[in-house]
Amino acid sequence: MTPLLSAPGEKMAAVQDAPMELDSEKETKPEILSDGTSNLSGNTASGTLSSPPLTAGGAPKQEDQQTLIAVLQFLRRNKLTESVDILRREACLEDQEDSQTLDGSGGGKGDGDGGDANSLLSRVSIASAAAPQSTLTPIPVKNDQPDVSVVLSAYSQQGDPSLYQVYYTGLKNFIESVLDCHRAELSQLFYPLFVHMYLELVYNNHETKAKAFFEKFSGDQECYYQDDLQILCGLTKKEHLKGNEALLDFRTSRFVLRISRDSYQLLKRHLQERHNNQIWNIIQEHLYIDIFDGMPRSKSQIDSMSGSFAGETRREVNKAKVFYGLLKEPEIEVPLDDEDDEAENEEGKPKKKKTKKDSMGSKSKKQDPNAPQQNRIPLPELKDSDKLDKIMYMKESTKRIRLGPENLPSICFYSFLNAYQGLTAVDFTDDSSLLAGGFADSTVRVWSATPKKLRKVKSAAELNLIDKESDDVLERIMDEKTASESKNLYGHSGPVYGVSFSPDRNYLLSSSEDGTVRLWSLQTFTCLVGYKGHNYPVWDTHFSPFGYYFVSGGHDRVARLWATDHYQPLRIFAGHLADVTCTRFHPNSNYVVTGSTDRTIRLWDVLNGNCVRFFTGHKGPIHSLAFSPNGKFLASGSTDGRVLLWDIGHGLMIGELKGHTDTIYALKFSRDGEILASGSMDNTVRLWDSMKAFDDMETDDFTAATGHIPLPDNSQELLLGMYHSKSTPVTHLHFTRRNLLLAAGAYNSQ
Amino acid sequence: MAEERRQKLCSVILPTESMKAIAESVGVGSLQEESCLALSEEVSYRIKEIAQDALKFMHHGKRRKLTTGDIDHALKLKNVEPLYGFQSQEFIPFRFASGGGRELHFYEEKEVDLSDIINTPLPRVPLDVSLKAHWLSIDGVQPAIPENPPPVPKEQQKTDSTEPLKAVKPGQEEEGSIQTKGQGASSAEVKGKEKMRMKPRSTHELSVEQQLYYKEITEACVGSCEAKRAEALQSIATDPGLYQMLPRFSTFISEGVRVNVVQNNLALLIYLMRMVKALMDNPTLYLEKYLHELIPAVVTCIVSKQLCLRPDVDNHWALRDFAARLMAQSCKTFSTTTNNIQSRITKTFTKALLDDKTQWTTRYGCIAGLAELGHDVIKTLIIPRLSVEGARIKAVMDGPVVSNIDKIGADHVQSLLLKHCACVVAKTRPLPDMVDQYKADYGYLGTMLCSHVVKARAQAAFQAQTVNRTTLTITQPRPTLSMSQSGLSASSGSRTPNIIKVPSSLTLMSTRPGTPTQPSPPATKYIVMATSAGAASTQQVRVLNEFVSLYLSRLPRHLYHFRACLTSDRR
Repeated sequence: MTPLLSAPGEKMAAVQDAPMELDSEKETKPEILSDGTSNLSGNTASGTLSSPPLTAGGAPKQEDQQTLIAVLQFLRRNKLTESVDILRREACLEDQEDSQTLDGSGGGKGDGDGGDANSLLSRVSIASAAAPQSTLTPIPVKNDQPDVSVVLSAYSQQGDPSLYQVYYTGLKNFIESVLDCHRAELSQLFYPLFVHMYLELVYNNHETKAKAFFEKFSGDQECYYQDDLQILCGLTKKEHLKGNEALLDFRTSRFVLRISRDSYQLLKRHLQERHNNQIWNIIQEHLYIDIFDGMPRSKSQIDSMSGSFAGETRREVNKAKVFYGLLKEPEIEVPLDDEDDEAENEEGKPKKKKTKKDSMGSKSKKQDPNAPQQNRIPLPELKDSDKLDKIMYMKESTKRIRLGPENLPSICFYSFLNAYQGLTAVDFTDDSSLLAGGFADSTVRVWSATPKKLRKVKSAAELNLIDKESDDVLERIMDEKTASESKNLYGHSGPVYGVSFSPDRNYLLSSSEDGTVRLWSLQTFTCLVGYKGHNYPVWDTHFSPFGYYFVSGGHDRVARLWATDHYQPLRIFAGHLADVTCTRFHPNSNYVVTGSTDRTIRLWDVLNGNCVRFFTGHKGPIHSLAFSPNGKFLASGSTDGRVLLWDIGHGLMIGELKGHTDTIYALKFSRDGEILASGSMDNTVRLWDSMKAFDDMETDDFTAATGHIPLPDNSQELLLGMYHSKSTPVTHLHFTRRNLLLAAGAYNSQ
Repeated sequence: MAEERRQKLCSVILPTESMKAIAESVGVGSLQEESCLALSEEVSYRIKEIAQDALKFMHHGKRRKLTTGDIDHALKLKNVEPLYGFQSQEFIPFRFASGGGRELHFYEEKEVDLSDIINTPLPRVPLDVSLKAHWLSIDGVQPAIPENPPPVPKEQQKTDSTEPLKAVKPGQEEEGSIQTKGQGASSAEVKGKEKMRMKPRSTHELSVEQQLYYKEITEACVGSCEAKRAEALQSIATDPGLYQMLPRFSTFISEGVRVNVVQNNLALLIYLMRMVKALMDNPTLYLEKYLHELIPAVVTCIVSKQLCLRPDVDNHWALRDFAARLMAQSCKTFSTTTNNIQSRITKTFTKALLDDKTQWTTRYGCIAGLAELGHDVIKTLIIPRLSVEGARIKAVMDGPVVSNIDKIGADHVQSLLLKHCACVVAKTRPLPDMVDQYKADYGYLGTMLCSHVVKARAQAAFQAQTVNRTTLTITQPRPTLSMSQSGLSASSGSRTPNIIKVPSSLTLMSTRPGTPTQPSPPATKYIVMATSAGAASTQQVRVLNEFVSLYLSRLPRHLYHFRACLTSDRR
């Protein structure tokens, strides 16, 4: 565990301390704090904090240094000298930093009113202005009122307010008059320009003009921006801007547009001819135009990728190498068991030997070239019980049904009765023996899905009396009196929004509105640890497929990686611009994927905390995520009722499954990955032919370079089955080891 | 895309009057207009913010309804103390008041008397959460079990049967749109699909399981074991997957009634009527398509001259009552301006009632059938006839030569008339209830009617009182018809086997609905009013024959198969 847990952990803790202190000082401004945190790490994420950027491979860029300097200043101001030293040493910053901080520290030590941060900021902005293609706009580090005003003051340069409508109309007429092939691409400009122009008007106190502008042009915007427009229309005063995190984000993260070179040239020429400086300024300052060489994209292509809070993905973001392959299965001797005995009885001895060889052969397959190194992140060692479970798993998987379009799975539906709309989360254990439900009344309940009842371990005093040498000691430690079908777990003080079983079935995690994640023992049915850190509702949590680690994400817009034996997070994944609604571990445990209310999906590297994939295309908050069993693909579902399929290796959207009419809360691939099951609020379970969806895709290097591929509209062909439940929204889906699909949801009698 | 949706987005702001009203409620008397405006803008903005946050909690709570709890959590996020005491499960009603030129919506908070709360009995403890597993799909096929929604929703059954053309229409449109796109290959494929869709949805093939089910159910329904029958009827009334078997059930009932009326087998008729009731009670079935078989069967059970072997002893009156209620229920459910079931049924009953030669049994059925149709029908069609019927009853009662059967019949008609008319008269006739007046108005029955009305009035007053006191509505359970009422259970049990005409399981395999295997009189779809074609009853037969032809003429076009079948049967 050492590299991940001890050394970086210490530093993480140090960094953690800082915001916490600040938190206590300024509890009333939490949103600004979290905003600061996210900005602080930005695209390079918290990895920069914990360890030097490994992936970059060269000297840190200019902007990164600026960020580091800002961090140093912040640490120093909070008297975290040790952390300062470590950071300086690690980042090899001595020389540059010394020269740069001489003037800044003078001002900072004097009064500590944030003057240094401001002066730093001004310098930084100059630097970024000098390099307009910079990937990251450095952000004020001190989370103070002056900094917010600095952020907003970018709007202070203004033209004549009455001319805004003229400018916008001028651009609109131009875009409508260009050739068809360019029109769709250039139309992307409308929304960000509209928002920025509106905010400029509001910022400069032209309230009536702003309203008129909004009313005139809000109807032109794409329908998937409706939610944002609704926020925007409520905002009519300069004062509102200060507290509104959503708009601060809009301002601080540049809106990304992807435009072909031809279209861009066309636009540039037009704006220069007309001397339309107002619009040109906004494009220069607030937008990031990602220019690619190739055919301009069609309207449908653009629509499929846009819709996120801050525009599309920059192509270079998804260039990093992702080790999506699976880890090698450990070698386990399969003991001679009943199964083989049966085979022996039926077909004689030679057969038996053969089957055994087969199962061994499948296990010791070659290392996947795309797989990470076995010890890339330290994983817990297998215990004897884990090995037994692995053997069980292999035995079961030999009985697995091969699914396909001709061979659909049976679905067993677990309905929660009398839940009174209170069921908020469900999870099954991998072997489908246990079922946990989280409820709005802050309870967690565990059911046994098999006839075997749930029993507690006896109390310590009683355990002392047991003969520890006896063969059935494991049976004896259980208290027969406590046997029951279900157990209640009390401890949270708010609705439970996420539950997740550990792979060894000994633990259960639950995350709640009260800001904590709790770890429960399924031996004693008591709470073991309460992980505090989120402070705000924790929307989801998920155990690593190898146990030990888990990830959680919440309203504070960060996802955190934890180890069960540490009460502080090991990594903080910051970068989302809104709540992290959904978190999942990659099957090889090296990556974590998060979905957010900002309508984007990010894939994070557990090793260094970097964001290695960034997917846009959903038109609503993402509420479900699922990796394919081979780790190559990702499926995501959102409130807009669409499932999107992603190729993780190439970083591309490869499919869109339309059909659901309401939020998709559950997604699951079958054990062999041939079928994708989706469950939704619209009371249906749908089965999709994921094999076909993946096979049809041709992802060569060229398409990866442009960052988009034509999407076929074949949802109807891929839909293999649709099953209505009786007014029971589907909350969770799970494939048993033999490929029987289990679904769960609360029956809604109204 | 943007042009399609021109939904108006505008910032709604609370009126400044609200600010004033709220300020006054906390003791700030005079608030300037400007500060009101500033306040209302700020408040509106904050409310929207909170609503947006509350929405997140709703989504994560996996609900479609925003609750007060969500608002509380959103307030907590903003570090604002939640609003306590709004944990109502129900919709919180706002009341409206105006006065002094101002309009106000407010939430009425009633003062709660603690002793009331203490003294009221505890509410029922809510049931604990429990888990139930069922098969949503077996190898890709959804089983038709009560836990799953019905395979063909009732709405669709209804549109299928009432507007057969509509089901096809969307497909045609789809085809058109694809052709405009000019994709030749795929449009051909779509055409193929359309053809598939044009095929009638109710195939006549039943699976082996369904055949077994049908056999079991029908045998249990007319068999001798009452427990089994109750179970079978329960299954018919609740099972969502019976749509496919409906044509068989319908034929089973109509044929069964036809045969058993001839045989005067009261018990069997009762069982069949209970089947009709169960079918009607099934919320997933839409019977419109099968009324042409069911209505004649039901009407037969109401008005037939003889329903049992011993009219003097057996209680065939209960069957008539029960069937009349069924008739009324189907009128309520299925009568539309196109099929006019109610008016046609009413006409049939009235015609028989007006006829002097009508038997007492048929007369009873007609009156019962009319009475069940509602108070208006009683008022316009039965009450004017009271004096005439009274005279006829008097003739039987006081007349010298009287058969026992006639006397019983007259007696039943009398009590039926009194029962139904009393409550209507009590509602419509002004006080006081003078016996002489009644006698003058209603003739022979006047005296008894008067006493019944007085009783009815007293009961109504008593009920009103109880309603006021406990706010409980007293619903009188309708008596269900069972063998004990008919007093035949002993004898019928032994008789049943050789009388039931159960379509045998062999016929299930055929594509046409099964018919009885035993030779039976040539199929006539008349409503059988008399078993022996007496001179008196031929007229009624003609009347009802007319009814059937009327019904036939208005049958929806798509039922041509049944039309053909019906007309051929009549010949």
